[in-house]
This record gives sequence, structure tokens and C-alpha cells, in this order.
Amino acid sequence: MTTARTHSVSGASASPVKRSPLASTLLNRRLWLGVLGWTLALMIFFPIFWMVLTGFKTEADAIADPSLIFSPTLENYAEVQSRAGYAKFAFNSVVVAFGSTLLALLIAIPAAYSMAFLPTKRTKGTLLWMLSTKMLPPVGVLVPIYLLFRDVGLLDTRTGLVIVYTLMNLPIVVWMLYTFFKDMPKDILEAGRMDGAGTLQEVIYLLLPLTLPGIASTGLLAVILSWNEAFWSLNLTSSQAAPLTAYIASFSSPEGLFWAKLSAASTMAIAPIIVFGWLTQKQMVRGLTFGAVK
Amino acid sequence: MSAGRVTPVGSFLATFMVTDMNKTRTSGRTIGGLRTLSLQAPAVSLLFLWMIVPLAMTVWFSLQRYNLLMPGMTGFAGLENYEYLFTDPALWSAMGTTLLMVGWVLVITVVGGTLLAVLFQQDFMGRGIARVLAISPFFVMPTVSALVWKNMMMHPANGVLSWVAESLGLPAVDWFSSLPLTSIIIIVAWQWLPFALLILLTAMQSLDEDQVEAARMDGAGPIAIFFFITLPHLKRAISVVIMIEMIFLLTIFAEIFVTTSGGPGLATTNLAYLIYIRALLDFDVGMASAGGVVAIILANIVAIFLVRMVAKNLEN
Amino acid sequence: MATLQLKQLNKSFDDTHVIKGVDLEVNDREFVVFVGPSGCGKSTLMRMIAGLENATSGDILIDGARMNDVGPADRGLAMVFQSYALYPHMTVEDNMGFSMRLAGVSKDKRREKVLEAAKILQLEPLLDRKPKALSGGQRQRVAIGRAIVRNPSIFLFDEPLSNLDAALRVQMRIELARLHEELDATMIYVTHDQIEAMTMADKIVVLQGGEIEQVGSPMELYHHPRNRFVAGFIGSPKMNFLPVEVVEADAKGVSVKLPGGGIINVPAKGNGLQPGTALELGVRPEHLVLDDTQGPLSGEIQVLERLGGQTSLYVQMGETLMTLMADGDVAHRVRDEVRFGFEPERAHLFDGEGLALPSLHQHPLAGLRRQDNRASSDAVDH
Repeated sequence: MTTARTHSVSGASASPVKRSPLASTLLNRRLWLGVLGWTLALMIFFPIFWMVLTGFKTEADAIADPSLIFSPTLENYAEVQSRAGYAKFAFNSVVVAFGSTLLALLIAIPAAYSMAFLPTKRTKGTLLWMLSTKMLPPVGVLVPIYLLFRDVGLLDTRTGLVIVYTLMNLPIVVWMLYTFFKDMPKDILEAGRMDGAGTLQEVIYLLLPLTLPGIASTGLLAVILSWNEAFWSLNLTSSQAAPLTAYIASFSSPEGLFWAKLSAASTMAIAPIIVFGWLTQKQMVRGLTFGAVK
Repeated sequence: MSAGRVTPVGSFLATFMVTDMNKTRTSGRTIGGLRTLSLQAPAVSLLFLWMIVPLAMTVWFSLQRYNLLMPGMTGFAGLENYEYLFTDPALWSAMGTTLLMVGWVLVITVVGGTLLAVLFQQDFMGRGIARVLAISPFFVMPTVSALVWKNMMMHPANGVLSWVAESLGLPAVDWFSSLPLTSIIIIVAWQWLPFALLILLTAMQSLDEDQVEAARMDGAGPIAIFFFITLPHLKRAISVVIMIEMIFLLTIFAEIFVTTSGGPGLATTNLAYLIYIRALLDFDVGMASAGGVVAIILANIVAIFLVRMVAKNLEN
Repeated sequence: MATLQLKQLNKSFDDTHVIKGVDLEVNDREFVVFVGPSGCGKSTLMRMIAGLENATSGDILIDGARMNDVGPADRGLAMVFQSYALYPHMTVEDNMGFSMRLAGVSKDKRREKVLEAAKILQLEPLLDRKPKALSGGQRQRVAIGRAIVRNPSIFLFDEPLSNLDAALRVQMRIELARLHEELDATMIYVTHDQIEAMTMADKIVVLQGGEIEQVGSPMELYHHPRNRFVAGFIGSPKMNFLPVEVVEADAKGVSVKLPGGGIINVPAKGNGLQPGTALELGVRPEHLVLDDTQGPLSGEIQVLERLGGQTSLYVQMGETLMTLMADGDVAHRVRDEVRFGFEPERAHLFDGEGLALPSLHQHPLAGLRRQDNRASSDAVDH
């Protein structure tokens, strides 16, 4: 004990005492990481930010030298919303995205239920087969689908698009629901059975309430994928059933002097989906990787 | 004793769900076969039709001489379409372009995604919000991204990038004229980098902190930790990201459609766009179908690996 | 009346035969414990009784009626799961009342019955809470309450105490025994802990590898184990086994030669056993007595565990490590040589197949009935 005391007294000549070194390095580290992280995040987000900003500029400001200083205006939003065209396309997007999602959920819930709770030897094979159907490149079947739709009268109809999107998302929806159902502890359902619940009651009173967050994330992911889908929507629709993806695409030939309005329209088109994405980012990883990463 | 209580149920639901309201019920496993079949039937049969019918038709068409502009000329063409296809320099150019697009996007997104995942795993102020910002591009619809980049970022006169270049005294780049493929690659990479980031970040969160601390006690610095612990742990997630991206990047379409329409010339035409041109612009159904078959085969090659990996995951 | 009969019950999962020809009778108001090592099939057996698993062959009869094709909810049973399996999104009151809600019972009647059960288990203050706001012990009581509300003829308990800490376990053991008296119901209880089995059961069913090794009262199993497995399973610390050789066998018992040379006459039926036959002798640690003068067995103490009131001695005797339970004040030290012996009546002999040679005398406590252990309002015995 005395050695320590003498040591500290003569400490000045021995190893120099740093003032809480660990704390300052940590603080430094956090600071630098923060700077780096935020810089990169802002850089990545910039185009979106710029677009949103442009929506509030006048058209003249929009094509002037890029500047953060301008007098904001809402005239673009007003004009876009007043245009009957935009409302129709937005409506199409909503109907098609939510319609196909609802349909997909209705078909997928029983399938996922049976795979999770009544597994047979074929269950695994079925799941993997469903996965493989999602890997079919849409362009590979563009021709037959286009011709089929043309002959059946489904071209440029919301119904046609709903059908395509339902089938396109079905594998992901089944998969995601399957993983959420599997996560549910089996004995709660068994306790329900012992309490007298039939299959339907098990599902309504126990399964659905407890897996509702999972079902919601699955639904949101399906909505996002349908809303953003830009292959079938561009090729199978024109004036009647075109959703927002196609509407925006129609501005691809430069006509100038309307970037502000386009920005406003685009902002409205992407805003809800970005929010959905923020809400479900954690859970959607399951769906996007078919359960390979959870 | 408990009597089954019948809850009001839509007839739609009733078709798909077997309701067991009688008193005598088995625990379900014995007639599991029949019940699972009826519950899975809608999903399985619909997907089956969705897959088989178009696939069969594509293959059929690829063997036909079928051009919508020349309705008189139809007939079995055998492998003629494939012959034309494979001797068409456009196909090889498209394959090359596809390869370049997919390859570069993969490199940018996987490398960038991994590094960003490591960064965002660290604790810093406002990390949650920064992360949310970094993930956003993935949720923007491709047509909007393409237009924003083309007209607001890359526009030689009004774009932000040219303004930045000029401020730095560098010449402005006319991206889409001189570097069309690069421009598209930038746009697509910008959209998919967040995807990689999201997946890899999620995978990182399952990394056992104890391992990292043990390594630190063994004297490992941050770089060693990255190469010996983080990367091996992420190996599986990285392969999943690569495989899924490959499958979707093979058919990049909207970005090309909205910006370059495949041009200048065929500079930015990938396989998917080529098929589109043949099918809906040239109306050459036969050729387009042949191209489609090629695309399907390519995608399936990658798909086999992905399915096997997911199958292994199912075992656990 | 709530009796259970299992007749030649078999269960196979794909190719694995997990329950092999089980025959069992459970009488009205008995507390029966299924006990055995992991994988012995006790949980599977319980789940088959509950109706959560189908029997591959054989019959399950409750009160004489065949229940194989009857659903779990209609068998008149209630089960308390090992993980409690409470419905996380419902309050305690809704959890307990769920079965009635499914059956269409009115809200008032439901509340009435739930309050009744809650009173028995002191759950009244917790009725509005959700499971995540409850402690382990409280959750378990809710699970029991849920079972009580169903008014079943048979209660099934699947390792209910294994998720509780040691102190709580002892307390719940007593509560469950008390509950059994109060509800006067038939209870079937699964556990891997033989102490729980010994303290709570009227009848213990020892299972191994899907087969019943022995059925009997705790004292019967303790004093007259039918085979080596039951002898080694029941009783803690485990019974000691030593190889012995038959010297002589007649109507008065079987004389065997112990390792070390001593001869002892065990009162067991050994008619027909030839001298020289190799047998195994089993004797419980608590029945080995230190005897430095005349003990026929000897060895060197390897480890001493002093618990204060008792001392465990691990003595190396030749090839065998013997366990002795001695008094707390034993003065020996490690590496001491000790001599010990045992009363011949306390020894068990096992033949080459592990079957015990039947004893000549039955232990007085082996015939104990449940009423002899606990105060019961029911004067009628079966």
C-alpha cells in the first residue's frame, strides 16, 4: 500500500497521467463515426431530398442553378392535385397495390397456416417450389402474358394488373407468413385446442391477434412491391389502368419547364411508400430474403 | 362440455378453411394430408398455372415463326429463332451489357453495403435516423429514381452534379450522352445499395458481441476484426444478397425505359430490354420468346443456388 | 368418477416407435406421476391422453368410454403446460374464461366461475393483468386456474414445476398437493424429477424407452423395485450396485459372497439359483452403515461432502465407487480407509437381466394408501 502511495506522489516523473483517456477516445470515436455516418446517409438521401425540395420551387427556380435558397411555393402541389389525370393514376396505384395485397393475403394465410402447423413430408418441397416461381424473370414471359391479356381483354385493366401482382407477390407473402407462423409458440394453440377451440377459432382468437404485426409487415411489403413495380405496369397498361409508375414514366421525354411539377407529383407518389418502408424495415428482411436472413 | 361455437364466416373464407365444428374431432394429424391439400390448393394451383402456362407458351412461341406485323407467315420454325438470336450481334451486345450492369451493381452494392453495415452497426448520435435515410432509395419507384437522376442530378445544364463540378472548376459531364451505361449503373446501384445495407445490417445484429470482445482481448484491431470475424459471419447474408440481386438485376427495365430507351444505339440495351424491343416494338414474337427462354435459363442457374441455400436454412 | 385406462397403447412417429405397448389403470381421484429420464416417452404419453397426439394403436378409455377419436376438448380433461401456454394478448380473467367463451357461456356466468377458481388460487388481484406482467409462479397459477375452470374429470400436468426456481418449487409442490385434496380430482403429472414423484404421488409410473418399468406407490417403488432401472432411478442419491456371487440359495434366502470376501444372507426368493451364479447387489447410500470393526466392505474415501446435517462419502471399493450417506458428525477425512456394512433386509438382488429377485418379506410401509399420508375429507377408500 505504501508503494502505491509513493508511486503516485512521484507519479509526475513516472508515466504521465492522461486525463481519462478512455473517455476521450470513445467520444472522439463516436464523433467521427457520427460525422462519417451522417455524411454518407445524407449523400445517399440527397437525390430524394432534392426532389422534394424542387417540388416547392417555382419552375423557374427549378431549372436555375441549384440552390437551397428560394421562396417556397405550393402552386405545384395544387396544380398536380387538380389535374384529373394524376388522381386517376394515383387511384390505380392504390387499387392495384392494396387489391393485390389483400388477395394475396387471403390465398396465402391458409397455405402458410397448413405449412406451419400441419407440415407433411411435402411441405418443404412446396415452399421451395414457390420460391423458385418468383425467380422467373418477368421478361421471359412478357410475350405470352401480353398476348394472353390482349386476347382476353385484360390489357390496360386494373383487374389484369391485380392478377399479375397477386401472383407475383404470392411466393413472398406465403414465405413471410410461414416464418411468422412458425415463430408462434405451438403450445398456445394446443392450449386453445384443449379449451375447445376449433381450427377456425384457433385462427381467429389466437393466431391472427398474435401474428398481426407479422401479417401487417407482410402486407406492407407486398404493397410496397406492387406500388413500385415497373415492368408489368409499363407494358400492360396505357391510359386506363396505368398506375403512378407509368404516369411518371410518361414524362421521360424532356419537355422542360415542368420539373417542379414533376417533382411534386413524384414526391406524392413515393412519400407513402417510403414511410411504409421505414415502418417495416426490420421485418421485411425476412420476406426479401425468403427467410434466409432474419 | 364445450360445444363448438360457430362464428359468422364469409363464404369466401369457408372455401379455403376447413371448419371443424363437430364434436368429434381428431387432433388433425391423421387426415393431415387431405386438409393441408385443401388449404394449400389455391396458392399452389394458382402459382402452378402462373408458371406453367406462360412458360409453356414462351417455349412454344420460340419455336414458331410468329411476327405480329406479318400475320400470314406462321409455322413451326424449329430452332430457327434461336439460330437468328445467337447470330444476332444485338444479342451478344445485350448479354455483355447485362453482364456489365449486373456485375458493377453487385460490386458497388455488396462492397458498399458491407462497409455501410459495419458503419451503421456502430453507435453514434442519431444513428437510427441516419440509417432510415440511407435505406430510403430502395423504396422509391424506379421510374421516379431514374427521372430524378437523369434530370436533376445528371442533367448537364441544370443538374446538381454539373453545378458541383463547375463549382470545383471541373468540366460538367453529360452523363447520358457520354457515359450512358455508367449512368444507368449509378442509378440502379443507388437503388439497391440500401437493400444490401438493410439485409447485411440485419445479419450483423446477430453477431455475438462476446466474440468481438474475445478477439479484442486477443489483440485484434478493427481491421483484423472485420476480416476475421465480421466478414465470415456475413458470408451467408452476402451470398443471399448477391443471389437475390442477380435475379432481379438480370431484368433491369424501367430505368432504361425511362432514360435512354436502350441507346445510344444499343449501348444500354440489356437482355430484358432487347426482348422488349423485339416483342413490343418489332412485334417479333418468335424471336422475343427465344430471348425470353434464354433469360429464363440464365435466371434459373442462379436460382438453383439460392433455392439450395434457403433449403439448408429450412432444415434448422 | 374419473378413471383412465390405457390398453396396449402404441405410438410411432414415422419409423420411430416411441410408446411400446403401454397398459395402465388410473383410479378415481388418484394422483399419478409419470416419471422417467428424458426421451422415455412420458410427455408423449400425456399428450396422447390429452388428445394432442393420435395413438398408432391401442385404446384410451376415460370412464370406460373409448376416447381415441374424440377431440382434446371433449374428453373432459384439462392440461397445464410446461410453459404455461397462457394467451399473451388476453388478461388473466380472459385467459381463464376462454374455454367458456368458446362454449357460449354468458359473460356473467363466466365471471362467476373465474372468480371461484381465482379464489382458490389467490389470483383475485391479478385478474386484469396480462401474462407478461406476472411472475413465473403467478403465471403457473393462472395456468392451473384455467384448468380448474373447465371442471375437468382429470387434470394433466406437464412438468409444471421445471421452470420455477428451487424455493418456489418446494412451495408449489405443497400447494399442488393441497389442491389435489381440495379439488378431489384425478391428476396425472409428468416429471423427470423423482423427488417430485416421491413426494406427490399416490401411484408412480416409471417409464423408460417407451415402456413401463414399474407401477406402484412411492414406498413400494423405493422398497421393492422390480428391476435395476427402477432401483437406480428412484431414490437420491442413487443406489449402489456391487457384483456378487451366489454361495447358496434356499427357502430362507440367498447367500452371496461380497467383494472382499464377506458373506451375507439376503432374504430374497432365489429358488433354483446355482452356486457361483453372478448377481448384482443393490443397497442405497442411506442404508450403508459405517462399521469400523465388523463391516464386510471397505474402501478409501475419495470425496467427502459435508452438508451439516448429513455427510456424503464417496468411497472407492476396488473397481466400484460407493456412495454413503452418513451422519453429519462423522469424523472421517479424505483418504481414510473405512469399513461399512448394511442390514441384509436392505439389500436387493438383481439377476443377469436386471430383474429383481422378489423379497421374502414386504416392507410395512409399502402397502401405504394415500389417505395414510394426508388428511382427507373423503372417508371412502378404494
